[in-house]
Amino acid sequence: MLATLYKQDKLAIGLLGCIALISVLVPVCNLLFPVDSVMHFSAYTVSIMGKYLTFALLGLSLDLIWGYCGILALGQGAFFALGGYAMGMYLMRQIGNRSVYGNPLLPDFMVFLNWTELPWYWLGFDHFGFAALMVLVVPGLLAFVFGWLAFRSRVTGVYLSIITQALTYALLLAFFRNEMGFGGNNGLTDFKDILGFNIQSEAVRGSLLMVSGLVLIGAFMASRWVMLSKLGRVVTAVRDQESRVRFLGYRVEHFKLWVFVLSAMLAGIAGALYVPQVGIINPSEFSPLNSLEIVIWVAIGGRGTLYGAIVGAVLVNYAKTLLTGWAPEIWLFFLGATFILVTIFLPDGLVGFWQRHKHEQKQ
Amino acid sequence: MNVLGLEARQVDNSPGQKPILYLEGVSVSFDGFKALNNLSLYIDTGELRCLIGPNGAGKTTLMDVITGKTKPDSGSVYFGQTLDLLKMDEPAIAEAGICRKFQKPSVFEMLSVFENLELALATHKGVWATLFAKLNNHQRERIEQVLETIGLTEHRSQLAGILSHGQKQWLEIGMLLMQEPKVMLVDEPVAGMTQQEVERTAQLLLSLQGERSIIVVEHDMEFVRSIAQHRVTVLHEGSVLTEGTMEEVQNDPRVKQVYLGD
Ligand SMILES: Nc1ncnc2c1ncn2[C@@H]1O[C@H](COP(=O)(O)OP(=O)(O)OP(=O)(O)O)[C@@H](O)[C@H]1O
Ligand SMILES: [Mg+2]
Repeated sequence: MLATLYKQDKLAIGLLGCIALISVLVPVCNLLFPVDSVMHFSAYTVSIMGKYLTFALLGLSLDLIWGYCGILALGQGAFFALGGYAMGMYLMRQIGNRSVYGNPLLPDFMVFLNWTELPWYWLGFDHFGFAALMVLVVPGLLAFVFGWLAFRSRVTGVYLSIITQALTYALLLAFFRNEMGFGGNNGLTDFKDILGFNIQSEAVRGSLLMVSGLVLIGAFMASRWVMLSKLGRVVTAVRDQESRVRFLGYRVEHFKLWVFVLSAMLAGIAGALYVPQVGIINPSEFSPLNSLEIVIWVAIGGRGTLYGAIVGAVLVNYAKTLLTGWAPEIWLFFLGATFILVTIFLPDGLVGFWQRHKHEQKQ
Repeated sequence: MNVLGLEARQVDNSPGQKPILYLEGVSVSFDGFKALNNLSLYIDTGELRCLIGPNGAGKTTLMDVITGKTKPDSGSVYFGQTLDLLKMDEPAIAEAGICRKFQKPSVFEMLSVFENLELALATHKGVWATLFAKLNNHQRERIEQVLETIGLTEHRSQLAGILSHGQKQWLEIGMLLMQEPKVMLVDEPVAGMTQQEVERTAQLLLSLQGERSIIVVEHDMEFVRSIAQHRVTVLHEGSVLTEGTMEEVQNDPRVKQVYLGD
């Protein structure tokens, strides 16, 4: 156990180094070197790297609840989207009177709906601090209420997975409605500034990439610390033999709830970092299919290792970028086929395969 | 005794001690089948009680009821004078001091032997307390002591999943010890153990009586004979058939009939 942890550590350190390198090197080269230099990274590379890092964080968040706690949550995308909307609302408020309708108080879609004042739930979102707090509070609260109900009545397994899918689907339908006040079908977009700086500028885009890398490293370290604590061992025990843990005096539902809320908050942060980098958040982020994709990233990378989720998220999304540019209609088939092949031939994912390979080499 | 480094405790098994566990008129049915049928049982403080009975007699179901896993259809179950166990859930009952070893060895296979004991350690079991938990010297010593007692010191960092059946049984007994319970429910502790291991288990249980109340379920009659110093209860078809010393019970014609008749 200790020996494998040490080995995992070396891998983890390498991975963190890579993340740090990417999140510093890419934006710096983008800014410092002229466009025709080989050392130059395009703005496109900067934004796509930033996107991958937020997906990696999203995968990491799912690994906490699925890989360690054994709860196959199929609604992780909902927390990501909620965090994204919280950030999107702040960015909308930053537009001010520069919108098409030029209303200083209301976003365009509200003017379009003939609304005259800001709904109460938009209040406070002109402050970055408040919005940042909501990025954590809204997904965390939803996870808390949902988890409290589900875990307390001991809903487990497939049933739990299905109701998490239903949760994200319900939110999808709700956010599609214009009257909800979140821009309906179109969502929130046309952002101008973040913290007073032009969101399109290369410096801001580079900074967002750096922040994403930094947050990912921080989240990884924090998650690792949690999972190496006694709580991590209790959670692993819950995954393998839930009822036995109860007879030791642990309130299993409290432990699950704690991890679920943590996981939802991390997903929320990922969403909040994603939105300014892609420039839009709309209800399609709640699509049940998105949540399934996250599961596939983690399965391919290897669950229950934390860095497996990161590797899986980046690799799958890189493949997605390549494939959707080339033949978008086969992407879903490709993803499905990869998932099936991985579950059959690499049940522990790429990281698990790598570990076994190393192990065999030693012997 | 010296094998384990444990001292035999002065045992006062004189009848008339205060019961610590009361079960009265307990019935449990599964789809109409009565696994427990109007069962009443009283366990004294510090008593080592053996519970025997043919397969399907309801011994495990009885433990399920006491530990909160199964809620009976009727009857009452009290711990001490005041704690109504039927109003409590599994963790609450465990925290109150009733701990259990399962019939099928239930250890955490993905954790090491040491970590299994660490999780069982009697300490705060809340989420935040667990997150920041650090073993102090006293607790570390306690784990070492239990490792010694169950003979797994050398296997401390091995995954529990690769232990032999007998070793898993011992580990689970060790987890029971770590919990420092007032009442220990031990379901078939010696299944899959070698003769030597069986003897050590008997010694261990004998050394614990007096300090803790223990209910032992076992089919191995020789083992039961070696630990049954006071009372043995025979269960049959969900109720108590008879109670008495091992000798009385063994000579009871009804008991003979039950064991031979099935
Ligand atoms: N969850 C359940 N659902 C249905 N029937 C059950 C359940 N649990 C136990 N039973 C039945 O109740 C009866 C008593 O079972 P129990 O496990 O308590 O017996 P036991 O005395 O422990 O037997 P053994 O010596 O074989 O362990 C058996 O006939 C069993 O089939
Ligand atoms: Mg049984």
